[in-house]
Amino acid sequence: MSLLDIDGLDVSFGTVHAVRDVSLRLDRGECLALVGESGSGKSVTARALAGLAGRGASVTARRLTFDGTDLRTLKDRAWRDIRGRRIGLVLQDALVSLDPLRRVGAEIAEPLRTHRLLSRAELRPRVLELLSDVGVPEPARRADQYPHQLSGGLRQRALIASAVAASPGLLIADEPTTALDVTVQAQVLSLLAKLRGEGTALLLISHDLSVVADLADRVAVMYGGRIVEHGPTDRVLRSPRHPYTRTLLDAVPTAHAKGTRLSPSAPSGLPAEPAGCAYTPRCALADDGCRTALPVRDDHATLCHHPLPATTAAKALPTPTVIETTPPGRPLVVAEDLTKRYRAPDGTPYDAVRDVSLTLHRGETLGVVGESGSGKTTVARVLLGLTEPDTGTVRFDGVPWTGVPERARRPLRHRVQAVQQDPLGSFDPRFDVERVIGEAVALAGPRRGRARRARVAELLDQVGLSASVLDRRPRELSGGQRQRVAIARALAPAPDLIVCDEPVSALDVSVQAQILDLLADLRRDTGVTFLFISHDLGVVHHVSDRVLVMRNGRVIESGDVAAVFTNPNEEYTRQLLAAVPGGAQA
Amino acid sequence: MSLPALLRAIVKRLVAALAVLSGAATLAFLTLQLIPGDPVAVMLGPGNAASPEIRAEITHEYGLDRSPAEQYLHYLGNLLGGNLGESYQLQRPVTDLIGDQLWPTVQLALFALLLAVTGAVALAAATAGRHPALRAAASLAELLAASTPAYWTGILLLTAFSFQLRIFPVAGAQDFASLVLPAVTLALSLAGVLAQVLREGLEAALAQPFVVTARARGLSDTAVRLRHALRHAAIPLVTLTGWLTGSLLGGAVLVETVFGRPGIGALTLQAATNKDIPLVIGLVLLSALVFVVLSTVIDLLYLVIDPRLRTR
Amino acid sequence: MTTLTVAAPPRRRPRLRTAVRPAHVATAAVLTLIVLAAAFPGLFTSASPVDTDPVHALTAPGAAHWFGTDQLGRDIFARVLYGTRTSVWLGLGSTVLAVAAGSVLGLAAALGGRWTDQALMRLVDALLALPPILLGLLAVTILGPGTLNVMIAIAVAFSPGYARLVRAEALVVRTSGYVESATVLGLRRPLLVVRHIVPNALGPLLVLATVGFGSSLIAASGLSFLGLGPQPPSPEWGTMLSEGRNFLATAWWIGVFPGAAITFTALSVNVVGRRAQARFTRRTDG
Repeated sequence: MSLLDIDGLDVSFGTVHAVRDVSLRLDRGECLALVGESGSGKSVTARALAGLAGRGASVTARRLTFDGTDLRTLKDRAWRDIRGRRIGLVLQDALVSLDPLRRVGAEIAEPLRTHRLLSRAELRPRVLELLSDVGVPEPARRADQYPHQLSGGLRQRALIASAVAASPGLLIADEPTTALDVTVQAQVLSLLAKLRGEGTALLLISHDLSVVADLADRVAVMYGGRIVEHGPTDRVLRSPRHPYTRTLLDAVPTAHAKGTRLSPSAPSGLPAEPAGCAYTPRCALADDGCRTALPVRDDHATLCHHPLPATTAAKALPTPTVIETTPPGRPLVVAEDLTKRYRAPDGTPYDAVRDVSLTLHRGETLGVVGESGSGKTTVARVLLGLTEPDTGTVRFDGVPWTGVPERARRPLRHRVQAVQQDPLGSFDPRFDVERVIGEAVALAGPRRGRARRARVAELLDQVGLSASVLDRRPRELSGGQRQRVAIARALAPAPDLIVCDEPVSALDVSVQAQILDLLADLRRDTGVTFLFISHDLGVVHHVSDRVLVMRNGRVIESGDVAAVFTNPNEEYTRQLLAAVPGGAQA
Repeated sequence: MSLPALLRAIVKRLVAALAVLSGAATLAFLTLQLIPGDPVAVMLGPGNAASPEIRAEITHEYGLDRSPAEQYLHYLGNLLGGNLGESYQLQRPVTDLIGDQLWPTVQLALFALLLAVTGAVALAAATAGRHPALRAAASLAELLAASTPAYWTGILLLTAFSFQLRIFPVAGAQDFASLVLPAVTLALSLAGVLAQVLREGLEAALAQPFVVTARARGLSDTAVRLRHALRHAAIPLVTLTGWLTGSLLGGAVLVETVFGRPGIGALTLQAATNKDIPLVIGLVLLSALVFVVLSTVIDLLYLVIDPRLRTR
Repeated sequence: MTTLTVAAPPRRRPRLRTAVRPAHVATAAVLTLIVLAAAFPGLFTSASPVDTDPVHALTAPGAAHWFGTDQLGRDIFARVLYGTRTSVWLGLGSTVLAVAAGSVLGLAAALGGRWTDQALMRLVDALLALPPILLGLLAVTILGPGTLNVMIAIAVAFSPGYARLVRAEALVVRTSGYVESATVLGLRRPLLVVRHIVPNALGPLLVLATVGFGSSLIAASGLSFLGLGPQPPSPEWGTMLSEGRNFLATAWWIGVFPGAAITFTALSVNVVGRRAQARFTRRTDG
């Protein structure tokens, strides 16, 4: 009998049906990955299994057993005996998932104290043992610290230590690596693999197929609250049967997709009906039958009217088109020996950026890659004229850009535009989409009235949004739509350079794919130059012609993107590349 | 926190405190220069036809014939020596007058504070994140308490408990019974505001991801509230309690008037209506001092509650 | 390029008519009554608020005098009604003055450079060290009693708090993503200040001012209660309350009704203010 056995799980919040008819089994020492975009129901499923679906949730199932216990009929008291003791839960960001006001050691000891597993005297040694088990150096010192004093990676390990403290048979990890740098992510994934090796069953939730590829034995792909495909990891990755799985795989910008489109180019756009397949509008293969009737699950547990053939998976969808790029021209931006010093909270100065020089040629895309704290955002701010460097100079199109008063920079401002990671924060909260973009249009084009509105609509069309969003406020839009609005605004004054600082890191992979394709289209159509900053090597590799690798404020390696990625000179670059999940396939 | 950092923080704190105190002193001095009318006339009382010689003598005695700048320096010098001068009206040292009236007000403020904080914590902890109808009722009660002027609450309580039921004395500050109604009056509006803020804080904390983590460890609802959420909600509670404690001095003016109690509030009203400048300045400084001490205590409490602030 | 129509949250959820809650109806009714009473007190009573009638002095509430009469035989119901204008005007006027002064101070401190900021904020700190009632008391001591003077005094008492808030908001807004975006677009500074910084910094203030109106009303009536506001015989709630204090043993109604008027006005305004605050937070949190 399986450790976890779910049949026909449904979770709804009032009229919202978040999870529909989900069936899963999981054995000891096995890892199952639940993959899907935000809103697919994967997190709700995970929390329902810990009895934490939330207030107002209605959870029903034909069968829901864990280690012989029927979870459907449990009272709150009995749930508390299971939670933390037999089922552990790890959430995304440990900075907010560990109580910031309590010491790390107290948090790890909490499940042991709650379930009265150890005497008071035994707690401390066990906490230290747990910390060292999850690979936290100096456990005695770390246990007495608070979560904010630990780095992201150590914090996530401490969170895992608290989840496994009472040696639960099942560990549910909801996006355990999403906020982490790539090298740290690799370490956390290998820690999870070690736990699985020791016999813990692992339910891994992620929006990114490539993250789970190395760890999961089986993958279940969720869309619209249902599992649309379920199978051994190898089979699902090599030969996906559901068009949505295919889209997710294509969306991962690992090396093999360089220069190709990442998102499907021809969604059907057919409206979905409640009775039909929820994926219909986005599916390239959908027809009227998909719209009105729910498909029957085939022997590969694929929920689709038109499953892709088993072997030649890529053929059924339109083949990826290669995006042509223009050759780079003469230098547009020349930055020399930039240094910027800041003070840490405790007063010690540190160099956010040290001796950074770079040249951007007209029409090229320069990628800047590095982990958090490497100084890449400071470089972006200097190039945007928002931060004055302590030393060094930037010349824009031959004209001094730093070390001059704002008055001198202003006439050139419209030629350098920005796209930020958090588009919502970059829009005046009182403005609707028309005013957000209209403000940028007014700088160089029609100042008001119908002409301005027409130009705004034209820009929206260029970024793939319909004019119906004109009078919406950005916070009413989805993350991808917001980023499109931000791009439209950046395009409005017809700039020569667009600085993109982590423009896709807050997005789901499928939305990320659409935005990256959009940027590639714009580059082809307008010839605009891009500085593209990301912590994600796959993304940088996909969009860039040349790349700079930054670490601790310095550029440690630079060159043609293919050369740097296939044959790095620096050990650090090699480490970064090795840590990319699914990198082995590339 | 390292020792030098701690020292730096303390010095910074002291400088800020001195700045506020001297600011308040200067402000009081400047505004009182603006008071129309002749201080000597105030000292002599209404309808007193003193001869010009006596007036001149008094004027000289109090330094009122010097330039404002000289008076200011003289005044600051006296302040540094702990000398607040002598009341125009009562002809006694200001420090003595304040010292005499301090205790009843401190009693009143502390008791009111105790009532308000206990009431607010109990109400908020019991209702936060519970059934919407319960929350709505609690919320209305809090709003009503916060919207009722203390002087009216006092009148209602006096009518009911002193004049009709005759349980509590009508006026005075002689025993504990005379403290009950004024303290309840003062506490009610405080408790309303505090409970609101605390409940919002608790609900915000209960919505945080770490609460899900805590529940996932098998903690009961009560344990989550007490061990995790309450501490987070304590931060806004401390801020507001401190601020409201400072404003209790203002509330005391009204409540002491309603209940005919002696105290700093009654003294303040008397000083202000009589334009007794040295006494007014003394009371302003007292109030500023209370404020400075309270903000220091609040900042220290922040450090106790929230470790994230200790590294800054 | 295909146009995306999927994944867009519904434009606006259809609003249910049943969502109108009794508390909101009651609040709206009370506020309407207050406005009407302030504008046309004669609509509700034919009695005069100032005519004395010694024969009927200290009459308990009844059919002839709904709220009873005071020691001079004046009709309390009429006095409460006619007092609405003065009391509401005191609260409203002082709030408007305080918000205006606070906005100017706060914006000047946030946008005016380091020294302006230092000077203004030290002043505000010193003022904040004194409780509003005490500040108001000091101000009335200088200005002398009277309706206008109490209004100014209460404005002085509350403006430092508003100034502190506006400054903090303006500093946040000044470094916000959207102001940076506007800088990147090349907007001139005056335009940046007028279009983005000022409206966004003042937004939360206007919401707070709704709640602040209740506090101002209570504080202003408090000064009147201490005998520093409008002088008798003119009807004003605080002043009436202070007259009533002398007759608690024999005629509770003299003090109770004006106090109830203050409380219900403050309560209904606070309900509106809280609602506005909740809405505003939800709006800015996305």
